[in-house]
Amino acid sequence: MKQFTVISGKGGTGKTTIAAALATISDSHVLADCDVDAADLHLILDPTVDKSEEFHGGKTACINTEKCTQCDECIKRCRFDAIQNYTVDAISCEGCGVCVHACPQGAISMQRHVSGQWFISHTRAGYMVHAKLGIAEENSGKLVTLVRQQAKLIAEKEHKHYVIIDGPPGIGCPVIAAITGVDLLLAVTEPTLSGIHDLERVVGVAQHFNVPVMVCVNKYDINPLNASKIEEFCGKNGMEIAGKIPYDKNVTKAMVNKKSVIEYPCGAVTEEVTRVWGKMSQRLKNL
Amino acid sequence: MVISIASGKGGTGKTTIATSLALSLGEVQFLDCDVEEPNAYIFLKPHLTKRISVGIPVPKVDELKCTFCRKCAEVCEFNAIVVIKKKVLIFPELCHGCGGCSYICPEKAIKEVERSIGVIEKGTSGKIDFVHGVLNVGEPMAPPLIRQVKQCITNKYKSVIIDASPGTSCPVVEAVKGSDFCLLVTEPTPFGLNDLTLAVEMLKKLTIPCGVVINCADIGDDEVPKYCEREGIPILMTIPWDRRIAAAYSTGIPLVEAFPEYRNRFSQLYENILERVR
Repeated sequence: MKQFTVISGKGGTGKTTIAAALATISDSHVLADCDVDAADLHLILDPTVDKSEEFHGGKTACINTEKCTQCDECIKRCRFDAIQNYTVDAISCEGCGVCVHACPQGAISMQRHVSGQWFISHTRAGYMVHAKLGIAEENSGKLVTLVRQQAKLIAEKEHKHYVIIDGPPGIGCPVIAAITGVDLLLAVTEPTLSGIHDLERVVGVAQHFNVPVMVCVNKYDINPLNASKIEEFCGKNGMEIAGKIPYDKNVTKAMVNKKSVIEYPCGAVTEEVTRVWGKMSQRLKNL
Repeated sequence: MVISIASGKGGTGKTTIATSLALSLGEVQFLDCDVEEPNAYIFLKPHLTKRISVGIPVPKVDELKCTFCRKCAEVCEFNAIVVIKKKVLIFPELCHGCGGCSYICPEKAIKEVERSIGVIEKGTSGKIDFVHGVLNVGEPMAPPLIRQVKQCITNKYKSVIIDASPGTSCPVVEAVKGSDFCLLVTEPTPFGLNDLTLAVEMLKKLTIPCGVVINCADIGDDEVPKYCEREGIPILMTIPWDRRIAAAYSTGIPLVEAFPEYRNRFSQLYENILERVR
């Protein structure tokens, strides 16, 4: 069983569109939607939830006003400015618990709270593990790790060949959680200066964690010159180009119709994504 | 007035809107708080004059003073410090810099040293005062750097424009927190709508008023305008899909420079926000 993650650095380059497409070509996989604070894969694959669980992330401090003598020790010690007027601002609270130890009255306790939900579902493209981080909650990295673990367990139990992970944008904690220990990354980029800049940074993260990368240039015809710069960059860094996908308005139509670009014919896009999967599955076999 | 630009979904045009708004207003302070992937500099091309390293305090143990009592490991909520027999192990990348371990240590054996997580660069782009944060590659924690970027806000300018990262979790909350108004940039597609809904919920929790900019307004469907109407969220600007706009963006040309007729629309957008904040 092999795991791969679709990433991008820059948001909106087409990660989820491509992950959904790959999932409707491959016939032996479990999907993991690891973009837990803005998950979209379910909008295409329309999952039926078989199991739903609460996610307990971090803790938040809580002040017992009856015991509090307003001595200000907690306010002085909190490095996150989370205590104002002797109440805790749950959004700013980092959950470190320093205030609990600083309070001479023992008036502060840490409380674990539900900071999201995660689901095991089945879809027309196989099993899918996904999640919903609570609004303005922390610990997205922990939730990503949990989703990945569950997807891997199912893949092993059901003897599936792959875990397909739809990753988050950026290069921070949830991205690191989504790529550590996978066999391959597919970095989806676009031929814009922002796309190139962000690709370089996310490739840096991949190299830092020693994960091989294949690159897919989406909407390459928006700026063919930049697209060839990306190819040059990939060549220099020993990264294989998995494909170059043209811009096509039908891709949006497919999304509106809740279909992947394999299920909803998008001409050259459909053909190229199919080739991307061909190259990826070959590479995964050889790893 | 602090105006933040956020979106939920990535790639909808946050940076396009943020940079063009700043260029249309002239004398403003611009903070790029998307420290994981800061792109605004590509469009504003600032002349950078200052570079400041940003770190978070992490523990350093004086093993001569340490009695291996484990109190530091017990107090750490992030498992960043572990005591095994006569050895203290520190995992700096897990440390949130709360100072709990040095505070609790009865032997005063822990001092804090700075671990670099990124840099802040400052400069000017015409009349715009420019600041951005750049997170080190491989570094997981963006919020402490975003906090430092926001410390650079001065009241020398009538307006501060903050470009946030995509999503709705901690880095975005950190970036938009304390804004007077948040512009949410979206596209009229199922993904755009779903992520817009999440961003609106986040802003409700933070009690920040918001308005929507619909980019690529003629693709997809009409669910985003319907949602905005239901929720009473004003649509303050719409921009059509145009291959020429996409091409200008791809080479780092700001929207208002490629299409100067947009300048007026951005000034109006600002006036509109001003009225709503009042």
